[in-house]
Amino acid sequence: MNLSARLGLRRALSGALVVMGVLAAAPLPAAATTIERIVSPSGIVAWLVREPSVPLIALDFAFKGGATQDPVDKAGVATMTAALLDEGAGEIDSKSFHERVEAKAIEISFTATRDYMAGSLRTLTDNQDEAFDLLRLSLTAPRFDTEDVERIRDQIMSGLRRANQSPNELASVRWWATAFAGHPYGRSPRGTLESVPAITAADLRAFTHNVFARDTLKIGIVGNIDAATAGKLIDRVFAGLPAKGKLVPVANAIPQGLGQRIAIDLDVPQSVLMIGGAGILRKDPDFMPSFVLNHVLGGSAFSSRLYKEVREARGLAYSVYSAVMPLDYAALFVSGTATRSDRANQTLEVMEAEIRKLADAGPTEDELTKAKSFLTGSYALRFDTSTKIAEQLVQIQLEDLGIDYIDKRNSLVEAVTLADVKRVAKRLLNANMLITVVGKPQPLPAKGG
Amino acid sequence: MLSRFGFAHAAAAAIIAAALGLTGAIGPAAAEGPEVANFSLPNGLEVVVIPDHRTPVVTHMVWYKVGSADETPGKSGLAHFLEHLMFKGTAKNPEGRFSQILATIGGQENAFTTSDYTAYFQRIAKEYLPLVMEFEADRMTGLVLTDANVLPERDVVLEEFNMRVANSPEARIGEQVSAALYLNHPYGRPVIGWRQEIEKLNREDALAFYRRFYTPNNAVLVIAGDVTGAEVKALAEKTYGQVARVAELGPRMRPQEPIPVAVRQLTMADGRVAQPSLQRSYLVPSASTGKPGESEALDILSQVLGAGETSRLYRALVVDQHLATSAGGWYQGTSLDETRFGVFASPLPGVTFAAIESAIDAVIAQVADGGVIPAEIERAKTRLIADAVYAEDNQATMARWYGAALTSGGSVEKVTSWSTRVRAVTAQAVQDAARTWLDKRRSVTGYLVKELPGNQEKRS
Repeated sequence: MNLSARLGLRRALSGALVVMGVLAAAPLPAAATTIERIVSPSGIVAWLVREPSVPLIALDFAFKGGATQDPVDKAGVATMTAALLDEGAGEIDSKSFHERVEAKAIEISFTATRDYMAGSLRTLTDNQDEAFDLLRLSLTAPRFDTEDVERIRDQIMSGLRRANQSPNELASVRWWATAFAGHPYGRSPRGTLESVPAITAADLRAFTHNVFARDTLKIGIVGNIDAATAGKLIDRVFAGLPAKGKLVPVANAIPQGLGQRIAIDLDVPQSVLMIGGAGILRKDPDFMPSFVLNHVLGGSAFSSRLYKEVREARGLAYSVYSAVMPLDYAALFVSGTATRSDRANQTLEVMEAEIRKLADAGPTEDELTKAKSFLTGSYALRFDTSTKIAEQLVQIQLEDLGIDYIDKRNSLVEAVTLADVKRVAKRLLNANMLITVVGKPQPLPAKGG
Repeated sequence: MLSRFGFAHAAAAAIIAAALGLTGAIGPAAAEGPEVANFSLPNGLEVVVIPDHRTPVVTHMVWYKVGSADETPGKSGLAHFLEHLMFKGTAKNPEGRFSQILATIGGQENAFTTSDYTAYFQRIAKEYLPLVMEFEADRMTGLVLTDANVLPERDVVLEEFNMRVANSPEARIGEQVSAALYLNHPYGRPVIGWRQEIEKLNREDALAFYRRFYTPNNAVLVIAGDVTGAEVKALAEKTYGQVARVAELGPRMRPQEPIPVAVRQLTMADGRVAQPSLQRSYLVPSASTGKPGESEALDILSQVLGAGETSRLYRALVVDQHLATSAGGWYQGTSLDETRFGVFASPLPGVTFAAIESAIDAVIAQVADGGVIPAEIERAKTRLIADAVYAEDNQATMARWYGAALTSGGSVEKVTSWSTRVRAVTAQAVQDAARTWLDKRRSVTGYLVKELPGNQEKRS
């Protein structure tokens, strides 16, 4: 099926638009893009999209086990590993590694999230051999030379010192630490000024041995490349990895401290608020309704209830958002803003009132229709570059949604009913939240006040 | 960090490149790239179409040749404030309708302001292109403002100021360095404005500014994506083509800089600073003001000196001498008037600014006196030219490059010839650029510290 049909772009025009009478429904050209599930000679599965018109290859991949795999007293190992993988590997020292990557304009990057170690590679097709060789070395034989480890440690420490004075960072770190006290999610993936100095090269090496393995690997590849070549390149990078990783089991968790409001004093003109509570897991049938519901509350840039009430009507903030966040071992609903300190309490009241109102009455039929229309209509915008497509291919595999998910996704959004979102509004929003406020707000009113 | 969730929409209407510290060269596009169409309508609107037929989506942008450097003194922040107010509706389409339509069709929209241009964009499924063109053409001259929607929006802008500037010591010292570098040119003013002037901006200011600059003969329409030049031409004639010119504008003449003669330094203390830093800006030619090849040589120079882990500044300060946690440089070539070349470093604990600065000076002197080696210059060219190829993968990036160039004194030809011009840069030209332009008398150095030292150390 071609991508445009799959993304549902041929859907009927909505009533409102027809009335305006300015629309031409141009038939769409067939953008023939298909996802192929390929299996490499050594048996590694990858999803491939062939894209002949741009001379580049975009590869994205992820292993299960990110910062949750940091040793208990050494938060920051995953992040530090990600920062060091391109600082020398095999026989190539850090300087030469960077020079070889830059000589061919190859882009290799690694990211540690709470649940995953993710990586991406972008290269001109002409340089694919060098690119995949360097990627293999960085994953299978990172050097972790002392000098490089210390330099990267200095950089992380410098970033942590800055973060300790950033209201956004402080609000977030305290929120997670409170909501997930005693759980790996409670530790900051960046680590702390205390934990990062304790990390050794042996910790980093152990992390790569435990996490970089074929059993949890997900790969997306996009480019001017056929399945056979892609399979060979994938083997070149990943075939030498162990078949199975050694992951420390992570318990499922629900956020704690709900109902608390925590104030952190910081001398800044603008206070940062973060509100959060329990969300809905990706596999839960209520996830899609929660996603649509959130769009109405604070997920859309210019038309959400929070945008209208906090920003447009009252001028209280520049940015206000809400989001549903399904993780592997917990699910969250979060919302936040940044506002003048003397109006922080007013802003919090407005946000809480909007959340309560939506919990009680749910969205209107019109809001639901528009939310679904936006979410289905904008889905194609996630697929307009090779890099974005590769990211989506990995994301869909990580969430285990199936290779036909792109075909199905818009109909799953369409299927959400008013009864669904009303039910889910009560489940998601009619609950106590944990709030962190950083800045110099006037005293917070008593809870419920 | 809000954006950690990936949902922290920069809600409406304003990415300020300058305030964000966007630095690296906005620039390249490949000579081998797509077949770009370029034409003008009878009312003076210039149109650029960049076809990319891979996905049935379109990026639609209107760029106005007006930015904060075009503001009247005393009204700083007006260009950006008007950008926010452009979402407040017209006689034909009252406030919210355009955004509601985009929210319904699944379009993304936003806008941004810099010192040289203001741009509005939508990203949409291609079938909705005629619709957004009609709306965007309508607000080109049809804006209606009332105090009821202007005044709350001014509060929003003040919160944006708090978020981007007041809450960020790094952004505050950046403003100070720019203000000190530009003695006469309005680039010394922050794009978001000085706070006491933002607070007084009003409806009349915004409308006067709008009537002066928002007219088809002062705009560039850039459309990238699943369209052809012919399709766009027909649609543009029906929509933008119907908008009458409302103002005549002469050449964009801003007060220019005198030849700089003094080495300038400033120190700013902020109790929140946990990591001190140093930044220096030099006044240098832009792609628009430089002689042929000069700006391209500065682009290469910025790569050699300051881009990434192989750069001379990073190697010297971070790796070899263990003085800094970060060090680098940048050059903003896309600029109507004389622009900036920057270097920066964050010292390791216990390292003085004097040590950092003499290391930076030594690195620059090495290039100015001894030149660059062929491998460095090749790496830099490869990187810059590859950027142009990578850009072709992203229609929104392509649209931005053309739009920024065409509203900053460039042309379609200059964009398409970029790779060729980069290839032609010689080692001698790079050395000459370092010797001529990275003269300390052309620079301001800013030191960001937690508290002012009791005894000012000597720094030059």
